[in-house]
Amino acid sequence: MKPQDTLHFSYQALRAYPGRTALILLAMCIGVAAIILLTSLGEGARLYVIGQFQGLGSNLLIVLPGRSETTGGAPPMLGTTPRDLTLDDALALQRSPAIKDVAPIILGAAPVAYESREREVTIMGSTPALLSARQLDLALGQSLPDTNPRVATAVCLLGETVWKELFGNRPALGAWVRIGESRFRVIGVLAGKGQSLGSDMSDMVVIPVASARNLFNAPSLFRIIVTASSQGQLPQAEQDIEQIIRQRHDGENDITIIAQDSLIGTFDNILGALTWALGGIAAISLIVAGILIMNVMLVAVSQRKAEIGLLKALGAPTSQVLRLFLTEATLLASAGGALGLVLGLSGVLVLNQAVPDFSAQPPLWALIASVLITFFTGLLFGSIPARQAARLDPVAALSGR
Amino acid sequence: MNDEPLIALRDVCRQFQVGDETVHALDHVSLDIHAGDYISVMGPSGSGKSTLLNMLGLLDQTNAGSYCFAGRELTTLPEEQRAQVRRDNIGFIFQSFHLIPRLTAAENVELPLVLTGMPASERKIKVRQALTGLGLADRADHRPAQLSGGQQQRVAIARATIMHAPLLLADEPTGNLDSHSSTEVIRILEDLNTQGITLVVVTHDTEIGKRARRRIRMVDGRVVGDDG
Repeated sequence: MKPQDTLHFSYQALRAYPGRTALILLAMCIGVAAIILLTSLGEGARLYVIGQFQGLGSNLLIVLPGRSETTGGAPPMLGTTPRDLTLDDALALQRSPAIKDVAPIILGAAPVAYESREREVTIMGSTPALLSARQLDLALGQSLPDTNPRVATAVCLLGETVWKELFGNRPALGAWVRIGESRFRVIGVLAGKGQSLGSDMSDMVVIPVASARNLFNAPSLFRIIVTASSQGQLPQAEQDIEQIIRQRHDGENDITIIAQDSLIGTFDNILGALTWALGGIAAISLIVAGILIMNVMLVAVSQRKAEIGLLKALGAPTSQVLRLFLTEATLLASAGGALGLVLGLSGVLVLNQAVPDFSAQPPLWALIASVLITFFTGLLFGSIPARQAARLDPVAALSGR
Repeated sequence: MNDEPLIALRDVCRQFQVGDETVHALDHVSLDIHAGDYISVMGPSGSGKSTLLNMLGLLDQTNAGSYCFAGRELTTLPEEQRAQVRRDNIGFIFQSFHLIPRLTAAENVELPLVLTGMPASERKIKVRQALTGLGLADRADHRPAQLSGGQQQRVAIARATIMHAPLLLADEPTGNLDSHSSTEVIRILEDLNTQGITLVVVTHDTEIGKRARRRIRMVDGRVVGDDG
């Protein structure tokens, strides 16, 4: 029997039982669509998180006080701090030619008031370098004065949300706001940057680092944000930071440097694994669909005993009967897989339309894998009924026994 | 006529286990069938006549004895090769026609040719000839459900003869037909016999049985009468 005749015969058999065929197609279709949708979500999450990191600014290094002895991972929130980072430490870093911006950071919260309105806001003490390091833009006004950072000046930049809450639509430049017990003049408003790794830059007030030191009465820095002069200079910058701080800290290596690269890498790995796991879970639904194929085909074989007996009487060898039923199963699985591909990809399209911030997209490996899995599911689970059909005794099959 | 029989059965036995009982469907049956024979096999139900036909058609296997087809010893031939012998040498006619309901008359007739791997264009010509020869040309695209019993059995005959097999085995070919269609079908089969095909008909209709040149009677798995 020629392959095209086998295919045609199987196709006719599937057409003859539309209900049964539709049921199996639906099961395969849902299985494949599930794989595509779930892996797309996983991949979307991965791309989202990486995007968030890149929103932090490129070539970024974060210097934290304290040494984490654990390797390869979590930021050192735990652990003792033998020596604080100071403003002088930060300024000393500027000596390295591999370093472009150094932004010392002091973080705290204080009530910010204008006229009768008051809000509890995160206050960030830093230098003008913060804006270039975190790639922040000004919507209005000017940046912090580029003077000696050790000198406190009573000026501030408002985040967009803070500005709107305190001033409504009134102009804020030149106005005086009260932060804690002191008065600061508004010299600029930050352009909305939105969420970036949990810190909402628009719901924040930036003041000079020396002013923040006075405001919170804290001499030490929360952290230092450093940018390397280029991507290639990152290792050199990291080395320089360690060396400079060690010199200043009596030869002790008591800081932790987090490179954005390694963070991205870690999250990339974690979320990549998550996507695989989601794909695996979805693949189980394909196996379930495969078992459905097997059951429905077993029923089909027992219903079509007379036909199988006839084929044998007409001289179809066992191998030919086997091939016919395997072709049916594979046809079903492939068609179901194709439908599932269409359904899954449309689902991804709809999802992306519905949630524009989040861009789900199916990884290529998931597309290939789902197609291969459907094919082999059909072959595997079709083989048991097909074998049963092929082994039927022609005399018994002809009489429908 | 060739002296060597087309089929030679020697002491063929076939037993079935029904519950605790062993039923001897064929009990030491020896039979020579010559090319061009017209044989009827008659007997009460359960006498083993259908089993004999299945045995002749290589659908069933012997428990003892030997089977020769055109001088070839086929008793222990494996199923794959038995299928090929069936395909090329034996046509079957069944009481319930055994047409595949989803296929048209033409496609049902075509089936044995499809199994041989013959190209579609060649098949079309042969099928058309066969259907025309049996007065079914205008029914080629009808499905079995759209055909009368007599027409269905004619389609089945076209299918059984499309390979020009030398042996035609009919198991109660008129069992599901009215008397008019019965006569028609029997006449077609006898015409084929006249043209040289070897015809074996299992029936319990004595009128039809009597028409055969050689009449075999079976009781309890034994041949008790063989005249002609």
